Amino acid sequence: MILVLIDHDGGEIDPLSLRALTAARKLGHDVEAVVIGQSGAELAAIAGEYGASILHVASHASISDYTPMASGRALKDLVEKLNPAAVLAAGSPRGNEQLAHLAAFLDIPMAAECSQITLGAPHHVLRARWAGNLIESANVHSELLIATVLSFSTEPESINGPAASVSQFEPNVQPADTIVRVLSRSTGESKGGVTLNDAKVIVSGGRGVGGPDGFGNLEELATLLGGTVGCSRVVTSSGWRPHAEQVGQTGTKVAPDLYIAAGISGAMQHIAGMKNSKTIVVINTDPEAPILRYADYAIIGDLHQVIPALTSAIRQAKG
Amino acid sequence: MDVLVCLKRVPLAGGTLILTPDARDIETKHLGFGISPHEENAVEAGVQLVEQMGGTLTLLTLGPSDAEEQLRSQLAIGATRAVLIETDGQEWDPQGTAAALVDAINAEETKFDLIIFGAESADSAGYQIHIRVAHALNRPIVTNVKSMKVENNLVTCERVVPTGREHYEAPLPAIVTVRDGLNIPRYPSVPGRMQARKKIVDMKKAEPRIPKLEKVTLALAPSKDKGAEILGKGADAVPALVEVLKQIGAF
Repeated sequence: MILVLIDHDGGEIDPLSLRALTAARKLGHDVEAVVIGQSGAELAAIAGEYGASILHVASHASISDYTPMASGRALKDLVEKLNPAAVLAAGSPRGNEQLAHLAAFLDIPMAAECSQITLGAPHHVLRARWAGNLIESANVHSELLIATVLSFSTEPESINGPAASVSQFEPNVQPADTIVRVLSRSTGESKGGVTLNDAKVIVSGGRGVGGPDGFGNLEELATLLGGTVGCSRVVTSSGWRPHAEQVGQTGTKVAPDLYIAAGISGAMQHIAGMKNSKTIVVINTDPEAPILRYADYAIIGDLHQVIPALTSAIRQAKG
Repeated sequence: MDVLVCLKRVPLAGGTLILTPDARDIETKHLGFGISPHEENAVEAGVQLVEQMGGTLTLLTLGPSDAEEQLRSQLAIGATRAVLIETDGQEWDPQGTAAALVDAINAEETKFDLIIFGAESADSAGYQIHIRVAHALNRPIVTNVKSMKVENNLVTCERVVPTGREHYEAPLPAIVTVRDGLNIPRYPSVPGRMQARKKIVDMKKAEPRIPKLEKVTLALAPSKDKGAEILGKGADAVPALVEVLKQIGAF
Protein backbone atom coordinates (compact mmCIF):
# COMPACT_ATOMS: atom_id res chain seq x y z
CA MET A 1 0.00 0.00 0.00
CA ILE A 2 1.13 3.55 -0.78
CA LEU A 3 0.20 6.25 1.71
CA VAL A 4 -0.27 9.77 0.34
CA LEU A 5 -0.34 12.90 2.46
CA ILE A 6 -3.11 15.22 1.28
CA ASP A 7 -2.22 18.73 2.30
CA HIS A 8 -4.96 21.23 2.96
CA ASP A 9 -5.62 24.62 4.44
CA GLY A 10 -8.67 24.54 6.69
CA GLY A 11 -10.27 21.85 4.53
CA GLU A 12 -9.25 23.46 1.22
CA ILE A 13 -7.15 20.90 -0.65
CA ASP A 14 -3.73 21.73 -2.10
CA PRO A 15 -4.32 20.71 -5.74
CA LEU A 16 -0.74 19.42 -5.98
CA SER A 17 -1.81 16.63 -3.63
CA LEU A 18 -3.97 15.24 -6.44
CA ARG A 19 -0.84 14.88 -8.55
CA ALA A 20 0.81 12.97 -5.70
CA LEU A 21 -2.26 10.70 -5.50
CA THR A 22 -2.08 10.10 -9.26
CA ALA A 23 1.66 9.33 -9.08
CA ALA A 24 1.00 6.89 -6.22
CA ARG A 25 -1.71 5.07 -8.14
CA LYS A 26 0.69 4.53 -11.04
CA LEU A 27 2.99 2.50 -8.79
CA GLY A 28 0.48 -0.34 -9.00
CA HIS A 29 -0.31 -0.63 -5.30
CA ASP A 30 -3.42 0.17 -3.30
CA VAL A 31 -3.50 3.82 -2.33
CA GLU A 32 -4.61 5.23 0.99
CA ALA A 33 -4.51 8.88 1.96
CA VAL A 34 -3.95 10.78 5.15
CA VAL A 35 -4.96 14.29 6.17
CA ILE A 36 -3.85 16.11 9.28
CA GLY A 37 -6.55 17.94 11.19
CA GLN A 38 -10.25 17.30 11.71
CA SER A 39 -11.37 19.62 8.89
CA GLY A 40 -9.56 17.33 6.44
CA ALA A 41 -12.33 14.74 6.78
CA GLU A 42 -14.29 16.78 4.21
CA LEU A 43 -11.79 15.60 1.60
CA ALA A 44 -12.97 11.95 1.56
CA ALA A 45 -14.90 12.46 -1.69
CA ILE A 46 -12.02 13.96 -3.66
CA ALA A 47 -9.48 11.51 -2.16
CA GLY A 48 -11.68 8.67 -3.41
CA GLU A 49 -12.22 10.30 -6.76
CA TYR A 50 -8.44 10.24 -7.28
CA GLY A 51 -8.05 6.65 -6.17
CA ALA A 52 -7.63 6.47 -2.38
CA SER A 53 -9.69 3.72 -0.75
CA ILE A 54 -9.29 4.96 2.81
CA LEU A 55 -8.75 8.49 4.13
CA HIS A 56 -7.00 8.47 7.49
CA VAL A 57 -7.82 11.59 9.47
CA ALA A 58 -5.29 12.50 12.14
CA SER A 59 -6.88 14.75 14.71
CA HIS A 60 -5.64 15.92 18.03
CA ALA A 61 -6.72 18.71 20.38
CA SER A 62 -3.36 20.47 19.89
CA ILE A 63 -3.48 20.50 16.06
CA SER A 64 -5.71 23.28 14.73
CA ASP A 65 -3.63 24.88 11.98
CA TYR A 66 -0.42 23.87 10.18
CA THR A 67 1.91 22.21 12.72
CA PRO A 68 4.66 20.52 10.69
CA MET A 69 6.38 18.48 13.37
CA ALA A 70 3.05 17.14 14.63
CA SER A 71 2.26 16.15 11.03
CA GLY A 72 5.53 14.20 11.00
CA ARG A 73 4.51 12.52 14.26
CA ALA A 74 1.07 11.59 12.92
CA LEU A 75 2.64 10.15 9.76
CA LYS A 76 5.10 8.15 11.87
CA ASP A 77 2.28 6.69 13.99
CA LEU A 78 0.37 5.76 10.85
CA VAL A 79 3.42 4.23 9.14
CA GLU A 80 4.04 2.06 12.18
CA LYS A 81 0.43 0.95 12.20
CA LEU A 82 -0.07 0.36 8.45
CA ASN A 83 3.44 -0.51 7.24
CA PRO A 84 3.08 1.06 3.75
CA ALA A 85 5.66 0.53 0.98
CA ALA A 86 5.98 4.27 0.44
CA VAL A 87 4.78 7.60 1.79
CA LEU A 88 4.33 10.32 -0.83
CA ALA A 89 3.34 13.97 -0.75
CA ALA A 90 3.37 16.91 -3.13
CA GLY A 91 6.74 18.52 -3.74
CA SER A 92 5.52 21.77 -2.21
CA PRO A 93 7.18 23.63 0.65
CA ARG A 94 4.68 22.06 3.05
CA GLY A 95 4.83 18.60 1.48
CA ASN A 96 8.61 18.57 1.63
CA GLU A 97 8.62 19.89 5.18
CA GLN A 98 6.12 17.44 6.65
CA LEU A 99 7.76 14.40 5.03
CA ALA A 100 11.19 15.62 6.15
CA HIS A 101 9.87 15.54 9.73
CA LEU A 102 8.68 11.98 9.14
CA ALA A 103 12.08 11.02 7.70
CA ALA A 104 13.84 12.65 10.65
CA PHE A 105 11.62 10.83 13.18
CA LEU A 106 12.34 7.48 11.49
CA ASP A 107 15.95 8.37 10.61
CA ILE A 108 15.58 7.07 7.08
CA PRO A 109 16.29 8.77 3.74
CA MET A 110 13.88 11.01 1.87
CA ALA A 111 13.94 11.85 -1.83
CA ALA A 112 12.45 15.26 -2.61
CA GLU A 113 10.96 16.49 -5.91
CA CYS A 114 10.78 13.16 -7.73
CA SER A 115 9.59 13.01 -11.34
CA GLN A 116 9.73 9.22 -11.44
CA ILE A 117 9.55 6.54 -8.73
CA THR A 118 10.28 2.82 -9.05
CA LEU A 119 9.74 0.69 -5.96
CA GLY A 120 12.31 -2.03 -5.33
CA ALA A 121 15.35 -2.91 -3.27
CA PRO A 122 16.78 -0.35 -3.47
CA HIS A 123 14.05 1.99 -4.60
CA HIS A 124 14.97 4.16 -7.55
CA VAL A 125 13.96 7.75 -8.25
CA LEU A 126 14.58 10.51 -10.72
CA ARG A 127 14.59 13.81 -8.88
CA ALA A 128 14.93 17.46 -9.85
CA ARG A 129 17.96 19.48 -8.82
CA TRP A 130 19.35 22.90 -9.73
CA ALA A 131 15.91 24.46 -10.00
CA GLY A 132 14.81 21.66 -12.31
CA ASN A 133 17.75 22.00 -14.70
CA LEU A 134 19.33 18.69 -13.63
CA ILE A 135 17.76 15.32 -13.10
CA GLU A 136 19.41 13.05 -10.58
CA SER A 137 19.08 9.31 -10.87
CA ALA A 138 19.31 7.99 -7.31
CA ASN A 139 18.90 4.80 -5.30
CA VAL A 140 17.09 5.02 -2.00
CA HIS A 141 18.29 2.46 0.52
CA SER A 142 15.51 1.89 3.02
CA GLU A 143 12.55 -0.43 3.28
CA LEU A 144 10.04 2.42 3.40
CA LEU A 145 10.36 4.97 0.60
CA ILE A 146 9.67 8.57 1.60
CA ALA A 147 9.40 10.82 -1.45
CA THR A 148 7.75 14.00 -2.66
CA VAL A 149 6.38 14.32 -6.17
CA LEU A 150 7.76 17.09 -8.38
CA SER A 151 5.05 19.66 -9.11
CA PHE A 152 3.80 19.46 -12.68
CA SER A 153 5.63 16.17 -13.45
CA THR A 154 2.35 14.24 -13.18
CA GLU A 155 -0.99 15.53 -14.43
CA PRO A 156 -3.78 14.81 -11.96
CA GLU A 157 -6.07 12.04 -13.29
CA SER A 158 -9.39 11.25 -11.68
CA ILE A 159 -10.64 7.64 -11.76
CA ASN A 160 -14.07 8.75 -10.55
CA GLY A 161 -13.68 6.44 -7.58
CA PRO A 162 -16.22 6.35 -4.75
CA ALA A 163 -15.60 8.48 -1.67
CA ALA A 164 -12.80 7.10 0.50
CA SER A 165 -13.93 5.59 3.77
CA VAL A 166 -12.86 7.76 6.68
CA SER A 167 -10.71 6.30 9.42
CA GLN A 168 -10.13 8.60 12.37
CA PHE A 169 -7.08 8.28 14.56
CA GLU A 170 -5.42 10.30 17.29
CA PRO A 171 -1.65 10.60 16.87
CA ASN A 172 0.54 10.40 19.93
CA VAL A 173 1.52 14.07 19.71
CA GLN A 174 4.21 15.22 22.15
CA PRO A 175 4.38 18.75 23.59
CA ALA A 176 7.58 19.52 21.61
CA ASP A 177 5.78 18.69 18.35
CA THR A 178 3.40 21.62 18.63
CA ILE A 179 5.74 24.44 19.68
CA VAL A 180 6.06 25.57 16.07
CA ARG A 181 2.65 26.12 14.57
CA VAL A 182 0.80 28.84 12.69
CA LEU A 183 -0.25 31.29 15.40
CA SER A 184 -2.07 33.72 13.16
CA ARG A 185 -2.42 34.69 9.53
CA SER A 186 -2.61 37.93 7.66
CA THR A 187 -3.53 38.56 4.06
CA GLY A 188 -1.03 39.34 1.33
CA GLU A 189 0.97 42.41 0.51
CA SER A 190 -1.22 43.32 -2.42
CA LYS A 191 -1.80 47.04 -2.69
CA GLY A 192 -5.32 46.34 -3.83
CA GLY A 193 -4.04 45.64 -7.35
CA VAL A 194 -3.05 42.46 -9.14
CA THR A 195 -0.53 40.20 -7.37
CA LEU A 196 2.14 38.12 -9.09
CA ASN A 197 0.28 34.97 -8.13
CA ASP A 198 -2.90 35.81 -9.98
CA ALA A 199 -1.69 38.20 -12.69
CA LYS A 200 -2.57 37.25 -16.27
CA VAL A 201 0.16 39.53 -17.59
CA ILE A 202 3.54 40.17 -15.97
CA VAL A 203 6.01 42.74 -17.28
CA SER A 204 9.31 41.82 -15.69
CA GLY A 205 12.56 43.79 -15.59
CA GLY A 206 16.13 42.78 -14.86
CA ARG A 207 19.57 44.30 -14.63
CA GLY A 208 19.05 45.90 -18.07
CA VAL A 209 16.47 48.26 -16.59
CA GLY A 210 19.44 50.04 -15.04
CA GLY A 211 17.94 51.34 -11.82
CA PRO A 212 14.73 51.96 -9.89
CA ASP A 213 13.65 54.83 -12.16
CA GLY A 214 13.58 52.64 -15.24
CA PHE A 215 10.66 50.64 -13.85
CA GLY A 216 8.21 53.50 -14.45
CA ASN A 217 7.91 52.48 -18.12
CA LEU A 218 7.37 48.84 -17.18
CA GLU A 219 4.65 49.82 -14.71
CA GLU A 220 2.87 51.87 -17.35
CA LEU A 221 2.89 48.95 -19.80
CA ALA A 222 1.79 46.48 -17.13
CA THR A 223 -1.11 48.68 -16.10
CA LEU A 224 -2.17 49.13 -19.72
CA LEU A 225 -2.30 45.33 -20.13
CA GLY A 226 -4.13 44.83 -16.83
CA GLY A 227 -1.10 43.11 -15.33
CA THR A 228 1.62 43.75 -12.82
CA VAL A 229 5.37 44.28 -12.63
CA GLY A 230 7.85 41.55 -11.77
CA CYS A 231 11.62 41.53 -11.62
CA SER A 232 14.70 39.35 -11.36
CA ARG A 233 16.77 38.67 -8.27
CA VAL A 234 19.49 41.21 -9.04
CA VAL A 235 16.82 43.91 -9.00
CA THR A 236 15.61 43.11 -5.48
CA SER A 237 19.10 42.53 -4.10
CA SER A 238 20.08 45.94 -5.47
CA GLY A 239 17.09 47.38 -3.64
CA TRP A 240 15.48 48.73 -6.84
CA ARG A 241 12.18 46.94 -6.24
CA PRO A 242 10.52 45.20 -3.26
CA HIS A 243 11.21 41.50 -2.88
CA ALA A 244 7.50 40.72 -3.25
CA GLU A 245 7.93 41.41 -6.97
CA GLN A 246 10.78 38.93 -7.51
CA VAL A 247 10.03 36.13 -9.95
CA GLY A 248 12.11 32.96 -9.63
CA GLN A 249 13.07 30.09 -7.44
CA THR A 250 14.03 32.49 -4.65
CA GLY A 251 10.98 34.66 -5.23
CA THR A 252 7.56 33.74 -6.60
CA LYS A 253 6.93 31.06 -9.21
CA VAL A 254 4.45 32.32 -11.77
CA ALA A 255 2.65 31.03 -14.87
CA PRO A 256 0.73 33.96 -16.42
CA ASP A 257 -0.79 34.02 -19.91
CA LEU A 258 1.82 36.57 -20.98
CA TYR A 259 5.27 37.11 -19.51
CA ILE A 260 7.35 39.97 -20.91
CA ALA A 261 10.99 39.71 -19.81
CA ALA A 262 12.83 42.97 -20.40
CA GLY A 263 16.54 43.24 -19.75
CA ILE A 264 16.65 39.83 -18.06
CA SER A 265 19.45 37.51 -19.21
CA GLY A 266 17.87 34.37 -17.74
CA ALA A 267 19.73 32.90 -14.77
CA MET A 268 18.51 29.36 -14.03
CA GLN A 269 16.83 30.43 -10.87
CA HIS A 270 14.77 33.05 -12.72
CA ILE A 271 13.84 30.61 -15.50
CA ALA A 272 12.62 28.16 -12.85
CA GLY A 273 10.07 30.72 -11.76
CA MET A 274 8.57 31.70 -15.13
CA LYS A 275 9.14 28.98 -17.73
CA ASN A 276 5.58 27.66 -17.35
CA SER A 277 4.12 30.96 -18.61
CA LYS A 278 1.87 30.51 -21.61
CA THR A 279 3.49 33.07 -23.92
CA ILE A 280 6.94 34.47 -23.21
CA VAL A 281 8.16 37.64 -24.93
CA VAL A 282 11.78 38.68 -24.49
CA ILE A 283 13.19 42.15 -25.02
CA ASN A 284 16.96 42.08 -24.77
CA THR A 285 19.97 43.73 -26.39
CA ASP A 286 21.89 40.42 -26.34
CA PRO A 287 20.81 37.95 -29.04
CA GLU A 288 22.71 35.22 -27.14
CA ALA A 289 20.94 35.75 -23.78
CA PRO A 290 20.01 32.34 -22.27
CA ILE A 291 16.41 33.47 -21.72
CA LEU A 292 15.83 33.44 -25.50
CA ARG A 293 15.71 29.63 -25.42
CA TYR A 294 12.49 29.89 -23.40
CA ALA A 295 10.92 32.68 -25.41
CA ASP A 296 8.12 32.42 -27.93
CA TYR A 297 8.83 35.87 -29.38
CA ALA A 298 11.74 38.23 -29.04
CA ILE A 299 12.80 41.72 -29.92
CA ILE A 300 16.54 42.32 -29.97
CA GLY A 301 16.90 45.85 -28.72
CA ASP A 302 17.06 48.28 -25.86
CA LEU A 303 14.07 48.03 -23.56
CA HIS A 304 14.29 51.77 -22.90
CA GLN A 305 13.26 52.37 -26.51
CA VAL A 306 11.11 49.31 -27.10
CA ILE A 307 8.88 49.50 -24.03
CA PRO A 308 7.73 53.13 -24.44
CA ALA A 309 7.17 52.51 -28.16
CA LEU A 310 5.18 49.39 -27.33
CA THR A 311 3.09 51.23 -24.75
CA SER A 312 2.13 54.00 -27.15
CA ALA A 313 1.45 51.53 -29.99
CA ILE A 314 -0.91 49.53 -27.76
CA ARG A 315 -2.63 52.73 -26.65
CA GLN A 316 -3.17 53.63 -30.28
CA ALA A 317 -4.39 50.16 -31.19
CA LYS A 318 -6.83 50.28 -28.29
CA GLY A 319 -8.10 53.61 -29.58
CA MET B 1 23.33 36.16 21.56
CA ASP B 2 25.35 33.47 19.81
CA VAL B 3 24.33 32.67 16.26
CA LEU B 4 25.44 29.89 13.93
CA VAL B 5 24.89 30.07 10.17
CA CYS B 6 25.26 26.95 8.02
CA LEU B 7 26.49 27.43 4.45
CA LYS B 8 27.19 25.40 1.35
CA ARG B 9 29.79 26.05 -1.33
CA VAL B 10 28.12 25.82 -4.74
CA PRO B 11 29.24 26.61 -8.28
CA LEU B 12 27.91 29.86 -9.77
CA ALA B 13 26.43 28.30 -12.84
CA GLY B 14 24.86 31.23 -14.69
CA GLY B 15 22.56 30.25 -17.53
CA THR B 16 23.64 26.74 -18.57
CA LEU B 17 25.13 23.64 -16.97
CA ILE B 18 27.71 21.20 -18.30
CA LEU B 19 28.30 17.78 -16.72
CA THR B 20 31.56 15.94 -16.08
CA PRO B 21 32.24 12.95 -18.39
CA ASP B 22 31.12 10.45 -15.71
CA ALA B 23 27.86 12.43 -15.37
CA ARG B 24 28.13 12.48 -11.60
CA ASP B 25 28.85 16.17 -11.15
CA ILE B 26 28.68 19.57 -12.75
CA GLU B 27 31.80 20.52 -14.71
CA THR B 28 33.19 23.36 -12.62
CA LYS B 29 36.52 23.95 -14.43
CA HIS B 30 35.33 27.27 -15.81
CA LEU B 31 32.99 28.29 -13.01
CA GLY B 32 33.38 30.45 -9.96
CA PHE B 33 31.95 29.43 -6.60
CA GLY B 34 29.71 31.09 -4.08
CA ILE B 35 27.10 30.10 -1.53
CA SER B 36 23.43 29.31 -2.07
CA PRO B 37 21.29 32.42 -2.60
CA HIS B 38 19.23 32.31 0.59
CA GLU B 39 22.39 31.80 2.63
CA GLU B 40 23.60 35.33 1.91
CA ASN B 41 20.46 36.47 3.71
CA ALA B 42 21.19 34.05 6.55
CA VAL B 43 24.64 35.56 7.10
CA GLU B 44 23.25 39.10 6.90
CA ALA B 45 20.60 38.21 9.50
CA GLY B 46 23.28 36.78 11.78
CA VAL B 47 25.48 39.87 11.43
CA GLN B 48 22.53 42.16 12.20
CA LEU B 49 21.53 40.17 15.29
CA VAL B 50 25.06 40.34 16.69
CA GLU B 51 25.28 44.06 15.88
CA GLN B 52 22.06 44.68 17.80
CA MET B 53 22.45 42.29 20.71
CA GLY B 54 26.17 41.54 20.98
CA GLY B 55 27.56 38.02 21.01
CA THR B 56 29.16 35.96 18.29
CA LEU B 57 28.42 34.73 14.79
CA THR B 58 29.94 31.40 13.77
CA LEU B 59 29.82 29.93 10.27
CA LEU B 60 29.71 26.20 9.61
CA THR B 61 30.08 24.31 6.37
CA LEU B 62 30.71 20.79 5.14
CA GLY B 63 32.63 20.56 1.90
CA PRO B 64 36.04 20.42 0.25
CA SER B 65 38.93 22.38 1.76
CA ASP B 66 38.34 24.97 -0.98
CA ALA B 67 35.15 25.96 0.84
CA GLU B 68 37.46 28.05 3.04
CA GLU B 69 37.17 30.65 0.27
CA GLN B 70 33.40 30.95 0.86
CA LEU B 71 33.87 31.05 4.62
CA ARG B 72 36.48 33.83 4.32
CA SER B 73 34.24 35.94 2.11
CA GLN B 74 31.39 35.60 4.61
CA LEU B 75 33.75 36.28 7.54
CA ALA B 76 34.44 39.56 5.73
CA ILE B 77 30.76 40.45 6.11
CA GLY B 78 31.18 40.36 9.88
CA ALA B 79 31.12 36.79 11.22
CA THR B 80 33.37 36.00 14.17
CA ARG B 81 34.85 32.64 13.19
CA ALA B 82 34.15 29.61 11.05
CA VAL B 83 34.27 25.82 11.12
CA LEU B 84 34.91 23.72 8.02
CA ILE B 85 34.11 20.01 8.07
CA GLU B 86 36.38 18.80 5.32
CA THR B 87 35.22 16.12 2.90
CA ASP B 88 37.05 14.44 0.06
CA GLY B 89 35.11 16.62 -2.38
CA GLN B 90 32.40 14.01 -2.89
CA GLU B 91 28.81 15.06 -2.28
CA TRP B 92 27.38 13.66 0.95
CA ASP B 93 23.77 12.60 1.25
CA PRO B 94 21.42 14.61 3.49
CA GLN B 95 21.49 12.17 6.42
CA GLY B 96 25.29 12.00 6.43
CA THR B 97 25.58 15.78 6.11
CA ALA B 98 23.09 16.43 8.91
CA ALA B 99 24.85 13.95 11.22
CA ALA B 100 28.24 15.59 10.61
CA LEU B 101 26.78 19.07 11.23
CA VAL B 102 25.19 17.85 14.46
CA ASP B 103 28.50 16.35 15.64
CA ALA B 104 30.30 19.61 14.87
CA ILE B 105 27.64 21.71 16.63
CA ASN B 106 27.74 19.48 19.71
CA ALA B 107 31.55 19.73 19.80
CA GLU B 108 31.37 23.53 20.04
CA GLU B 109 31.76 25.17 23.43
CA THR B 110 29.19 27.78 22.47
CA LYS B 111 25.59 26.76 22.87
CA PHE B 112 24.11 28.65 19.94
CA ASP B 113 20.89 30.53 20.69
CA LEU B 114 19.90 30.55 17.04
CA ILE B 115 21.00 28.38 14.11
CA ILE B 116 20.18 29.77 10.66
CA PHE B 117 20.10 27.88 7.37
CA GLY B 118 19.19 29.06 3.86
CA ALA B 119 15.79 27.73 2.80
CA GLU B 120 17.26 25.45 0.11
CA SER B 121 20.61 24.76 -1.46
CA ALA B 122 21.09 25.91 -5.04
CA ASP B 123 22.36 22.53 -6.18
CA SER B 124 20.86 19.56 -4.36
CA ALA B 125 17.59 20.95 -2.94
CA GLY B 126 16.89 18.02 -0.63
CA TYR B 127 14.66 20.04 1.77
CA GLN B 128 15.63 18.08 4.88
CA ILE B 129 19.06 18.73 6.42
CA HIS B 130 17.81 21.55 8.66
CA ILE B 131 14.91 19.43 9.89
CA ARG B 132 17.17 16.46 10.67
CA VAL B 133 19.50 18.79 12.60
CA ALA B 134 16.52 20.20 14.55
CA HIS B 135 15.38 16.70 15.52
CA ALA B 136 18.88 15.62 16.56
CA LEU B 137 19.39 18.76 18.67
CA ASN B 138 15.85 18.66 20.00
CA ARG B 139 15.12 22.22 18.94
CA PRO B 140 12.07 23.88 17.41
CA ILE B 141 12.44 24.84 13.75
CA VAL B 142 10.62 27.41 11.63
CA THR B 143 11.28 27.18 7.89
CA ASN B 144 11.06 29.53 4.90
CA VAL B 145 11.15 32.63 7.08
CA LYS B 146 10.75 35.93 5.24
CA SER B 147 10.85 38.24 8.25
CA MET B 148 11.99 37.66 11.82
CA LYS B 149 12.58 39.36 15.15
CA VAL B 150 14.40 38.11 18.25
CA GLU B 151 13.08 39.43 21.55
CA ASN B 152 12.61 38.14 25.09
CA ASN B 153 14.27 34.82 24.26
CA LEU B 154 11.79 34.23 21.48
CA VAL B 155 12.16 34.29 17.70
CA THR B 156 9.05 35.61 15.95
CA CYS B 157 8.80 34.71 12.28
CA GLU B 158 6.67 35.33 9.22
CA ARG B 159 6.35 32.98 6.30
CA VAL B 160 4.84 34.04 2.97
CA VAL B 161 2.23 31.72 1.51
CA PRO B 162 -0.02 32.23 -1.53
CA THR B 163 -2.85 33.48 0.68
CA GLY B 164 -0.75 35.95 2.65
CA ARG B 165 1.50 35.56 5.67
CA GLU B 166 1.70 33.01 8.46
CA HIS B 167 3.06 34.00 11.85
CA TYR B 168 5.12 31.65 14.01
CA GLU B 169 7.19 31.91 17.14
CA ALA B 170 9.69 29.63 18.81
CA PRO B 171 11.55 29.84 22.11
CA LEU B 172 15.35 29.99 21.90
CA PRO B 173 17.45 27.99 21.34
CA ALA B 174 15.83 27.49 17.96
CA ILE B 175 16.56 26.88 14.28
CA VAL B 176 15.22 28.90 11.37
CA THR B 177 15.63 28.63 7.63
CA VAL B 178 15.42 31.94 5.80
CA ARG B 179 14.51 33.04 2.31
CA ASP B 180 15.80 35.70 -0.02
CA GLY B 181 13.93 38.93 0.75
CA LEU B 182 14.54 38.67 4.50
CA ASN B 183 17.06 41.50 4.15
CA ILE B 184 19.45 43.00 1.61
CA PRO B 185 22.85 41.35 2.13
CA ARG B 186 25.68 43.85 2.40
CA TYR B 187 28.92 43.72 0.44
CA PRO B 188 32.16 43.15 2.36
CA SER B 189 34.14 46.31 3.10
CA VAL B 190 37.87 46.52 2.45
CA PRO B 191 38.69 46.49 6.20
CA GLY B 192 36.24 43.59 6.52
CA ARG B 193 38.21 41.63 3.95
CA MET B 194 41.50 42.43 5.69
CA GLN B 195 40.16 41.26 9.05
CA ALA B 196 38.67 38.12 7.52
CA ARG B 197 42.14 36.92 6.54
CA LYS B 198 43.12 36.77 10.19
CA LYS B 199 39.94 35.22 11.52
CA ILE B 200 39.96 31.60 12.63
CA VAL B 201 38.70 28.83 10.37
CA ASP B 202 38.72 25.55 12.32
CA MET B 203 39.31 22.60 10.02
CA LYS B 204 37.69 19.34 11.05
CA LYS B 205 37.58 15.93 9.46
CA ALA B 206 34.59 13.66 9.35
CA GLU B 207 34.31 10.12 8.12
CA PRO B 208 31.99 9.75 5.14
CA ARG B 209 29.04 7.43 5.66
CA ILE B 210 27.49 5.10 3.15
CA PRO B 211 24.82 7.24 1.46
CA LYS B 212 21.24 6.05 1.88
CA LEU B 213 20.10 8.49 -0.80
CA GLU B 214 22.68 7.38 -3.31
CA LYS B 215 23.33 9.55 -6.36
CA VAL B 216 23.96 7.38 -9.41
CA THR B 217 24.18 9.91 -12.23
CA LEU B 218 23.01 13.35 -13.25
CA ALA B 219 21.42 14.31 -16.53
CA LEU B 220 20.53 17.66 -18.02
CA ALA B 221 16.80 18.26 -18.01
CA PRO B 222 15.46 18.07 -21.56
CA SER B 223 16.28 21.43 -23.04
CA LYS B 224 13.21 23.09 -24.43
CA ASP B 225 14.57 25.62 -26.88
CA LYS B 226 11.25 27.02 -27.98
CA GLY B 227 12.93 28.53 -31.04
CA ALA B 228 11.83 32.07 -30.36
CA GLU B 229 10.48 33.97 -33.32
CA ILE B 230 12.68 37.05 -33.58
CA LEU B 231 10.31 39.88 -34.41
CA GLY B 232 13.05 42.33 -35.28
CA LYS B 233 15.43 44.89 -33.84
CA GLY B 234 14.63 47.80 -31.56
CA ALA B 235 11.50 49.93 -31.69
CA ASP B 236 11.01 49.02 -35.38
CA ALA B 237 9.84 45.57 -34.26
CA VAL B 238 7.08 46.99 -32.07
CA PRO B 239 4.25 46.77 -34.67
CA ALA B 240 4.98 43.04 -35.12
CA LEU B 241 4.81 42.54 -31.35
CA VAL B 242 1.54 44.48 -31.15
CA GLU B 243 0.10 42.06 -33.73
CA VAL B 244 1.24 39.07 -31.67
CA LEU B 245 -0.25 40.52 -28.48
CA LYS B 246 -3.52 41.14 -30.31
CA GLN B 247 -3.60 37.54 -31.56
CA ILE B 248 -3.08 36.06 -28.10
CA GLY B 249 -5.75 38.35 -26.72
CA ALA B 250 -3.49 40.35 -24.43
CA PHE B 251 -5.62 43.44 -25.08
